[in-house]
Formats: sequence, C-alpha cells, structure tokens
Amino acid sequence: MLIIGEKLSIIAKRVREAMLKKDKAPIQEIAIRQWKEGAGMIDANIGPAEDNGEALMEWMVTTIQEVVPLPICLDTTNASAIEAGLKVHNNTWGRPLINSTSNDPERFPILELSAKYNALIIGLTVGKGGLPADAEERAAIASEIMARAMEYGVPLEDIYLDPLVLQIATSQDHAVKVIDAIKMFQEMNDPPMKTVVGLSNISNGCPKHVRPILNKYYFLMLMDAGLTAAIADAHEMAEALHERQLVKDVMEGKSISDEKKMMEIRKTLDIIMGRNLYAHSYLEM
Amino acid sequence: MGFELPKETYSGKVYEVTLGSDRIVTFGGENVLPFYSFEGSLPNKPVIAFEIQDVAPDDWAEPLKKVYDGKSSDAVTWAKYCQDELKADAIALRLIGTHPDRENRSPEEAAKTVKDVLSTITIPLIILGSNNVEKDSSVLVAVSEAAKGKNCAIGKAQEANFKTIAAAAMANNHKLIAMSELDINLSKQLNILITQMGFEKERLITDPMCSALGYGIEYSYSVMERIRLAALTQNDTVMQPPMLGDVGMYVWKVKEANAPESDLPHWGDLEKRAVAWETVTASSLMLAGAELLIMRHPDAVKALKSFINELI
Repeated sequence: MLIIGEKLSIIAKRVREAMLKKDKAPIQEIAIRQWKEGAGMIDANIGPAEDNGEALMEWMVTTIQEVVPLPICLDTTNASAIEAGLKVHNNTWGRPLINSTSNDPERFPILELSAKYNALIIGLTVGKGGLPADAEERAAIASEIMARAMEYGVPLEDIYLDPLVLQIATSQDHAVKVIDAIKMFQEMNDPPMKTVVGLSNISNGCPKHVRPILNKYYFLMLMDAGLTAAIADAHEMAEALHERQLVKDVMEGKSISDEKKMMEIRKTLDIIMGRNLYAHSYLEM
Repeated sequence: MGFELPKETYSGKVYEVTLGSDRIVTFGGENVLPFYSFEGSLPNKPVIAFEIQDVAPDDWAEPLKKVYDGKSSDAVTWAKYCQDELKADAIALRLIGTHPDRENRSPEEAAKTVKDVLSTITIPLIILGSNNVEKDSSVLVAVSEAAKGKNCAIGKAQEANFKTIAAAAMANNHKLIAMSELDINLSKQLNILITQMGFEKERLITDPMCSALGYGIEYSYSVMERIRLAALTQNDTVMQPPMLGDVGMYVWKVKEANAPESDLPHWGDLEKRAVAWETVTASSLMLAGAELLIMRHPDAVKALKSFINELI
C-alpha cells in the first residue's frame, strides 16, 4: 500500500501562507513528518494555480525533495505547472505521479506529459458530464481513459485509476459504489490496474472528531478491496493498519476486548456499507 | 398450484401519534410502505388539517379568498367555520402575524389567539410559527404554555432553534414538528439532537420540507421515501416518527395557483387548476409517506379524502 501524504495542500491555511511567502520551514516540517509516519510519496497540491503556477510547483518539488527522499505527487489542474514540476523532480527517489487526467477533454494533454517525462499518472474517473452515478459508470469512464492513454503512449501500468470518493455526509450511497469500483478497475487489465483514492474526502463535512474514524475504517475496507494507493494522512493510516485485525474481527462478528472501539468500528462499518442512515451524531446512537 | 402474492416484511414500524384532548386524531402506526395494506398493518388513515392563520388571508390566492370570504376575519371565526361547516378533522393555525416583517405580533398576542381558538374548537390543533427562527423560539414557547394540556402539535423546530421549542413542547406535553430543509441526513441529525434532550421520539413529527408540484416536488418525494425506507427496512428508530406534508403554503404561492385565466387562457379555469395543483401535490407526498397533511382549499381536501378512501 502506497500512502501519498496529503497534508501539503493549498486549502490548509498554514500551507497556503507558507506557499505565498515561500517559507520553506513549515512545508519541510510537514513533509518530514509524513515521511517519518510512513508516506511513500508526498502530495503537493497547489490548487488551480493560474498565476505563477510553474514557479510555485517548481518551488514545492525542490523544497520537499531537499529534505525528504521521496517522489512527489504533482497535484494541480494547471498542465504547465505540472510540467515545471516534472522538470525539476529528482527521479532518484522514485517516479513522480501526475494528479490528474480525466475524461474531460481539457485534461487530455496532461497524458502527453506522462509519456514525455515517464511519469506515473492518476486517471480520475469523471467526465465533463458531472459525477459518475455508480461503479459501472466509473468503470466505463476508466476504460475511456485507458484507451486514450494507449493512444498517447502511456503504459497502463503507469496509470492509477481514481474512482472519486464523495462525502459520506451528503452522498452516503457512493461509499459502497467506490469500493465496488476499486474491485472492478482491477479486473480491467492483466496485470490488474492500479488504483488510488483521495481518502479524506469521505469525511469532508463531518464533525472533527468523527473524521479520523471514518477515514481509517473506510481505508481498511478499500484496502480489502485491493486498493493500491491512497492520498491520505500518513499518521491516520498508520493507526488504521494497527487496527486492521480488530476491524477484521468485528467484521467477522467476534467480540473484542475494547468495547468502545468495537462499537465505533461496528457503527462506522454500518454507515459505510449503507446499513444505517448517516447523521453527524451516528456514533452516539 | 395457486399463485401467491410475494410479500415484503419490514423490520420497523412508524410511531403512532395522537393529537387533541377532546376529539382526537391518530396517524402513523403502519409497518408497511404507504398504502401497502396487503403486506401488513395500516391502522390509521392519513390526517388532513385545514390551514388557517392569525391574520385575515388578504395575501392568499383568489380562489381561497373566495372560499373564506367573511369567515376568516379572525382566527376564532375561521377555525369555527372549518370545524363546523367544512367538517375539518384538525386545524393548523399558522401564526404568520408574528413575523417581524409582517404584523410583528408579540408572543403574548399569539398566546391569546391560541387560547381563544382552543376554547372554541373541539378538534385537534397544530400550532405553527411564522418560520422566522428567532421569533419562533419565543412565540412557540408562549403558545406551548397557553395550550398546555391540549395535546397539540407545535412547530416547527429547526436546527437553529430546536432547543427552546422542544423544551417548551416537552414541558407542556405537546407533540413536536421537527423540520429540516430537504436533507435526509440533517433530518436524522435534528431528530437525534431533539431526542438527546430527553424528548421522546414517539412524540415527534418529521417535516422533511414540502415543495409544490413543478417546483421541486421530486426532492421532497425522494427524501420522504428514503426516510420511510430507513424506518421500515433498517428499523432506524430515529426515522420512525410520522411525516408532515405542509402542502398548502407551498402550493398556493406558485404561478399555477395564482395566474388568472384571463392572462393565460390556455391554462384554463384558475380555481379548478389551483385545486388540482394542491390535490396532486398532497396526494404525491402522501404516497411518499406523509401521514399528516396541511391544506387550504376545501375542494382539494375533499378530493384527497376520496382518494384515500379508494386506496384503503
């Protein structure tokens, strides 16, 4: 399982300020912590980056790789910023990952960059027509992306298919559909297609104390389904892996000694599997 | 071999709720999807309440003004007319005159109106605020006290004001209408928060928010349907209170219920059209699971009642 450390995002206030001031210290501190906690790659999310995206991505890649011997996930919709990041990326630490192409014609040229720079690439299974309705639609979009990748000369082994995790607080039924999509994606090629998710979106909009709980157990369920990689908080994922056996026991109906934990796992699995309707206070019920 | 009708069995059941202290109405109580009487027990018919308000209906649509002309100058006269002449089973009194942008009546005035109405009618009363979350939290507290012992439904408690309203309804032994805005997860959350205060879930009525035909009714329909499925198939106890369709208020402000035939000849007679609009909106939501309906036009109520009787 590849954990792509998610903490370096322009959405986080502290990170955004550091990006604006070109202040390396907070960026490097976060990157080092994610690396120490088990991340195998660091996500650098600079947003749409319409102004000076190239310089910003370049700065992010070199700033991170100065202190952490890991490849970078180049996370932006700005293709030229991605290219700038690829040019300075230190491939000694592994191949960079482009985040992302999709079935939207505007995102096709990003595949060229993957071929040109021998970079891995995420294929987000959305098109121009809005969000996919179910696992089957995600798989259909995935096959379009795969066909196009071959046209552009990108080997299927270099693609990570992303089924797009949606918020459980508003789109509860998609939690299971994403798990199903992860299974389907693997069957679309031999060797199986690689898969990735932006994990923490599952708990976006949920109360703060509920978020890590949903993230962890959803991660374990996706892992059981064969997930290859997750853009996630490395610390939370380390905790999740530690609790893997507990979750397995609860899923098999066994009792575990920590009763509070057992209820937490049971209730959360019920929410993820759609056996109980989500509400912010579901853990208290 | 004879044919046997396949039947679904459900693990949950909708709570049965009774309103009133003299004459009473009871709704809910079923353990099947709406009108699926062939699969289980459906002990009560949906209840229809006539909507009246604490001010004369000058702002209501023409067909309604025609019906209530001379009978609606004050809430007491209006309530009595609905009970005695229109044979209403229940009344829903909307205290729209308390809204700060309207007559801005005080909680004390509202309490007096409620007392006067209650001393005139014997049928159950549903008491609704003006849907101004701040004002409602004082008005509904005052009217809850004024109606103590009358087993009314008080509403609407929303995310922003449920605490005071639920406490008042609880202290004065009323039922409570909990409203959220077309969001099933927030509807559940609100019911949880209210019950966490100690308010019994068996005394709740869920209002997932109504919308009129042609103006988003499919959203209301879908949320109601999913609430009911959660109640029955997942035995989700927080989602088992009966549901309210506050139909009249939403129907009678849409263009189809107001545009005169002289402006839109191809739309036909206004009264007929508006009554049909209210009937179809109400019947759709009833089929989605609403057990308590608040309506305005007597002809629409009559049509819906005959529809109910045909279905049961």
